[in-house]
Amino acid sequence: MSFINASSLPSSPHAHHLMTTRDVMQWVIMATIPGFCALSYFFGWGTLLNIIIAGITALLSEALVLKLRHRPIKQYLNDYSALVTALLLGLALPPYAPWWLVVVGTATAIILAKQLYGGLGLNPFNPAMIGYVVLLISFPVEMTRWINPVSLSADGQLPSLIESLSAVFYNGAAVDAYTGATPLDLFKNQNGVMVEQIYQQETLFSEGILAGVGWEWINLAFLAGGLVLLQKKIFTWHAPVSMLVALFIMSAIFYSDGSSSSGGSPLLHLLSGGTMLGAFFIITDPVSSAVSNKGRIIYGAGIGILIYIIRAWGNYPDAVAFAVLLMNFAAPFIDYYTVPRTYGHKKSERANKKRD
Amino acid sequence: MNPLIATDKWVSRAIGDFHGGIYPPENKTQSMQLPIGELPIPPILLLPLNQHMGVPAMPIVTVGDRVLRGQKIAEAVGGFSASIHASSSGTVTAIGDYTLPHPSGMSGQCIEITTDGKHTSIAFESCDDYRQLTPQELVQKIRHAGITGLGGAGFPTAIKLQPQAQFAINTLILNGTECEPYITADHSLMLHHAEEVINGALLLAYILGEPKDILFGIEDNKPDAIDAFTQVLSQRDDCERVRIITFPTKYPSGGEKQLIQLLTDKEVPAGAIPASLGIVMQNVGTAVAAHRAIINGEPLTSRITTFVGEALDTQRNMYTLLGTPISFALSHLGFDTDNFSENNREKLIMGGPMMGFALKSTDVPIVKSTNCVIAPSKQELPPQPDAQECIRCGMCAEVCPASLLPQQLYWYAKAEDYDRAQNHHLFDCIECGACSFVCPSNIPLVQYYRAAKGAIKQIEQEKVKSDHARQRFEFRKERIEKAEADKTAKREARKKAAVEAKRIQAEKLANAEKNGDTSTINNATDEAAENVKVDPVAAAMARVKAQQNDPVAQQAKLDRAVDSAKDRVAKLTEKLHAEPSKKKTAKKEEHKDRTASQLKQAELRLQDAEKQLADHYSKHPAKQQNSTPIKNGNATAETTIASGGTATVNNDTAAVSEDKKVAAPLANKKDDAASSAIERAKANTAALAAMSPEDKQKKNIASLEQRLVKAQERLAAAEKDNNEHIDAFRTGTEKLEQKLATAKEELTPL
Repeated sequence: MSFINASSLPSSPHAHHLMTTRDVMQWVIMATIPGFCALSYFFGWGTLLNIIIAGITALLSEALVLKLRHRPIKQYLNDYSALVTALLLGLALPPYAPWWLVVVGTATAIILAKQLYGGLGLNPFNPAMIGYVVLLISFPVEMTRWINPVSLSADGQLPSLIESLSAVFYNGAAVDAYTGATPLDLFKNQNGVMVEQIYQQETLFSEGILAGVGWEWINLAFLAGGLVLLQKKIFTWHAPVSMLVALFIMSAIFYSDGSSSSGGSPLLHLLSGGTMLGAFFIITDPVSSAVSNKGRIIYGAGIGILIYIIRAWGNYPDAVAFAVLLMNFAAPFIDYYTVPRTYGHKKSERANKKRD
Repeated sequence: MNPLIATDKWVSRAIGDFHGGIYPPENKTQSMQLPIGELPIPPILLLPLNQHMGVPAMPIVTVGDRVLRGQKIAEAVGGFSASIHASSSGTVTAIGDYTLPHPSGMSGQCIEITTDGKHTSIAFESCDDYRQLTPQELVQKIRHAGITGLGGAGFPTAIKLQPQAQFAINTLILNGTECEPYITADHSLMLHHAEEVINGALLLAYILGEPKDILFGIEDNKPDAIDAFTQVLSQRDDCERVRIITFPTKYPSGGEKQLIQLLTDKEVPAGAIPASLGIVMQNVGTAVAAHRAIINGEPLTSRITTFVGEALDTQRNMYTLLGTPISFALSHLGFDTDNFSENNREKLIMGGPMMGFALKSTDVPIVKSTNCVIAPSKQELPPQPDAQECIRCGMCAEVCPASLLPQQLYWYAKAEDYDRAQNHHLFDCIECGACSFVCPSNIPLVQYYRAAKGAIKQIEQEKVKSDHARQRFEFRKERIEKAEADKTAKREARKKAAVEAKRIQAEKLANAEKNGDTSTINNATDEAAENVKVDPVAAAMARVKAQQNDPVAQQAKLDRAVDSAKDRVAKLTEKLHAEPSKKKTAKKEEHKDRTASQLKQAELRLQDAEKQLADHYSKHPAKQQNSTPIKNGNATAETTIASGGTATVNNDTAAVSEDKKVAAPLANKKDDAASSAIERAKANTAALAAMSPEDKQKKNIASLEQRLVKAQERLAAAEKDNNEHIDAFRTGTEKLEQKLATAKEELTPL
């Protein structure tokens, strides 16, 4: 195919829509602003610090690998894809995580999960989720230490900037006074109790409106950002909607009227943890997802089901990262069987059909 | 729309829609500010012989010929070809290779006409009422007028107007969509020639057997054209079947398959043509061209072309003579042609911005399918930025009008995984460019698809070739095997027959023994068994001996030997003759020498064989009379009747063989020549028998002398025209001389 580049004459079409990969990434970055604001409102400086550290690490590790691979560094850094990965990881990690945790996670995401596979567009797994899972398995304590949302903290205060910086760079104990459980943690650890009781006992639930103080707003904010991207046609509705519907159906089936064996209400599942961040910013990563609309519906549904299974019966309170990675594995397989029907053909063909 | 006209009667909305599509900036107003202009006659017209699909037309004029406007200058070759006509009067000044208006920038045969500016036409054969003619006659007229689809692909119109008999056409669609940005050629045609377009549509409907519906497909961004149509339609009473169908402006709604889906909500099945759905689609410009070809008798010599782009002073539609060099047209419209070169990357596009192609040079002409020439400024259609990696965002799949997965096709095209590319229906891609248009990574997707399609086609061609070769090989193998099997079967049959014969013999033996001594049956059977065992060798030897001793068999054998020797001589002589004497390469010479020596050997063998045969007859004179006299030839007669000795016999047989040698290849009547020679020889011998030895010898000498003279003549003749048998003649003559000498010596003592 060398002659494609050698051709001196430009080929049709000669007119182009002026939306570049960089523009796409910019839109994604902008769409995270509501979620970021909500996180910062409820948890303070931690998220911003996460994002800054992750961003710097991502750019440095990307530049390093590009240099080793003799690729034009500036051109590739300009597509903002590394920044998006860093941003998503920064948003997903618990605020006030030690700096090295963020660095290790981001470097893993960029170097191991993205560049070693060939860089942008060639990674089979979502890099941010690889980084997240590596950290979750390696450093479970640091990865599950969240603080209470601001309205539930002892003195109605969040860690100050000084406290935040010291917690991140010097001594994690600086924010110990603020720590608290997430709604999903609470729910997981309250086995044998009726749902209603949990909701009454825990201020995290009792003071919340829909699904837990703070988290419901954070999820709604991410949902809002996601709707903007949907409206801008950055991605299609298929995967997110299918994932949310699958999660809803699963939680509705296994709610069992709020008995002690209940897996939690559909609202709890939809509006807590990383559900909305995952639905609109993680599983919509086109590189590692299925390609056809039909395929994306299957892909999204698979993630929704897996999230519920791991949350309800697995060892981890949240499961977006695992579910996404598992379905990343399945994406090429899904692609083989979900080629859309082409104009003029009666039915679609399997992609891996043998031809003579 | 004009509210005074009842548009509802004529205009309706499309009932279907197609997947995807894009909304590029339309850029259609620039060229619609001015009415259609007319380009002057250029000093030189350049008419490519291939302005259509299919085989290039064959020129029927030569350099120096004077031609008139409308005169046919190249004839269509085969069904998919189209004739070319001179678009103005002048002189043919060249027929040769020029750069063609083609995406590849390749060259091809063109007829160059230097115009005289008089624009003199041939007399066109007009026709007032085409209904007097049959559809077939009209199709022939359209074919002779060289009309091809003016929309873009250049498909000869006559073919589309003759759908296969099994397809009953119920819908004629006139494509006035013109969905590509910038182009307004069809728009201005519909606006200014609405009546003619409708007349053209009615003509095409007549040719197609009056389909039930005549639909005009027009995007809703051309309300003025729709108005013009409804005005014409409401004034007429012969347009009940005509409907104007509008639909939202979306690219590529003007694609044949897409427009059919819009207007009928049907999909053309993959690999089939619209006629299989009872639909024929023609461009509005084509309808007008067909109408002019029938009514005025005018062949296709001009068209409306849109000249547009910020690099032009005037942007407008122009009536343009086919063959007008683009440089001439552009300079007329204020384009700085000198400034255009490949180096400054100024773009010049023939066709629209979505499917048109960039031109390498401005010397190429306007052809039948040139609906638009865009000369954009650099800001207007900026070059595509460098491609980045595909992030599989799927925007391409969202806009693909064929519901393909362009990003998958791209991966497979890039990886040259053509199986999977075809599983993803690469060949259903219509190359509309919507995917490339939206690609955020600026990947030239269409270019990849074209390359992959080309590669697959090439592979398939090679496969067909290798399949042929394999088939040939297998046939050959089969043939050889069959021959082998036949041989084996025959051998088996012979073996079986031999065994059977032996069995019978053994039985006979056993019977004999049984008859002789019944008490020792066991011994007898043993002996018989032994006999059977011993028999093969003994029997074969016995047979050989019997054959050797049997004069008849021997004679037959000798006859065969003579025959085969004669055959070989004849063949070799023929071979010598057949060899072309012109090419006297060393190799040929060598080969010839070899054949000549082979011929000599064969002759010697023939003489030998005949001598043996003669000996045989002298030994078995009694048998000879019973045997076939003609086959045995003169030698038999001589040996038995005359006592002149074998020498004479030999002489005569030699003569016969020599006669035959010449006669066979020349007259190709081997047997006749041979038998007449034999007859002559027989007569000779009969005469000799009646003479005294002295007379005989004298006669012999006389005949020898005669033959010598003949032989010498032949030799002389051969030497004169350097005949390849010259050696043979020479030896023949020498032999004759020798014989003559011996005969004379023999005569002296007598």
